[in-house]
Amino acid sequence: MNEMDDLTSSRFSDMPLRQSRWVGILGWAAFLAMVGAQAVGFALSRPERDMGHLQKILYVHVPVAWAMMIAYFMVFVASILYLMRRKERYDLFAAASAEVGVVLTALTLVLGSIWARPTWGVWWTWDPRLTTSAILLVIFAGYLALRSYTEDADRRARWSAAVGILGFLNVIIVYQSVRWWRSIHQVQSSPSTVDPSYALSLRLNAIAVLLVLAYLVARRYHAARLERVAESRMEVAALGEGGAHV
Amino acid sequence: MSWRTELSRAAALAWKDLTAERRTKANFNSVVFLAGMILLLFGFAFGPDANALRAAAAGVLWLTVLFSGVLAFNRSYQLELDGGALEQLLLYPGSRKTIFLGKLAANLAFVLLVEAILVPLAAVLYDLPLAKPFPGLAGVLLLGTFGFVTLGTFYAAMASRVRAREVLLPLLLFPMLVPVVVASVEATSAILAGDPMGDAGAWLRLLVVFDAIFFTASLLAFEHVIDE
Repeated sequence: MNEMDDLTSSRFSDMPLRQSRWVGILGWAAFLAMVGAQAVGFALSRPERDMGHLQKILYVHVPVAWAMMIAYFMVFVASILYLMRRKERYDLFAAASAEVGVVLTALTLVLGSIWARPTWGVWWTWDPRLTTSAILLVIFAGYLALRSYTEDADRRARWSAAVGILGFLNVIIVYQSVRWWRSIHQVQSSPSTVDPSYALSLRLNAIAVLLVLAYLVARRYHAARLERVAESRMEVAALGEGGAHV
Repeated sequence: MSWRTELSRAAALAWKDLTAERRTKANFNSVVFLAGMILLLFGFAFGPDANALRAAAAGVLWLTVLFSGVLAFNRSYQLELDGGALEQLLLYPGSRKTIFLGKLAANLAFVLLVEAILVPLAAVLYDLPLAKPFPGLAGVLLLGTFGFVTLGTFYAAMASRVRAREVLLPLLLFPMLVPVVVASVEATSAILAGDPMGDAGAWLRLLVVFDAIFFTASLLAFEHVIDE
């Protein structure tokens, strides 16, 4: 590791890497927004004509799919920033976003399957968007596997930035695939394509999921920083004081 | 340094890799036999019904290319790493992109040579027409293989240098190949069937787009991946 980042300079300082208390507040806000959005969804919006209460899955499924896209976009931007500026915080931020993105992709697929079984009659179809979402899950699982297999921090950061950027190119193909291939998946839902009484629940859920996304990324980012500090302290312990500049 | 010198450096690098391969033949022979074995195994999996085999042939052919070709990429860097030659290669003046282009050209030649044996063998085993659709088929094979080898060469630059390289390379590479595989298989099956719907051209154009995107991205990202 050749850059002396803000992170490594705190290696010997007495002040521990403490998480900002705003993260805790964000967590509570995310939790309350999530509960509130579901309460509004069940109390205020009528059961949909064909789908009934099943339709309420979409209030979560659609925002989670949006948040998944945002998470991968953050991986993309942070990876580019890392390659341009070589600051470790961008790498750790990309890793945190990728972890959350993988969880959200899995959640999107599971919620979509639960909804699809009664609606389409099958758990899974070879619809392009479903398929490419599953592919995205594998791509970013591979991203995380590459990180865990690469020991050198500098190399891990460069490699995963490259993999993150190329992986994101496939996200664009996912998003465009509705147009590129014929598909039974409906065009992306947004507040403008649904009835106003449903739009409120969709909006509230979108806000709640965004808060959850921000909270999880903040927590994972903090954990990644702590792991890096532990890693470099272990290097220092192994090499002695003279080996601090690894 | 002009692009002409860069290209001749890439060609020299590719020639070196191919010469090493030609003199040992260790990798080529085993990959060809493995590919033949995979074709036989798919035959067993789909049963002896000739029509079922012919219907599955395009997909089988591309999966066989993927499963056997993927073995070539790690070796292409392993050769350098074993002799400690990668550092020296990086010390030569000029752009790192030429290393990527050289490795890409050598791997492309390798996989295309495997296919030159594999495709006639598949035609025999799966009872496919070969003479009539040959120009279209050659075009798909060239474009599809180019996309495959581009991404394979790129990801192997990383995967060949970690502990779990055998599993990591397919894990990173195969999901990225989905667009290329879909377009290649669709184009191949359309061409083998005589292109009744006239959609092979559209898939070929899509394949060109995928190749261009992934080639540009890999070439640009390679310098960040290789330097040491």
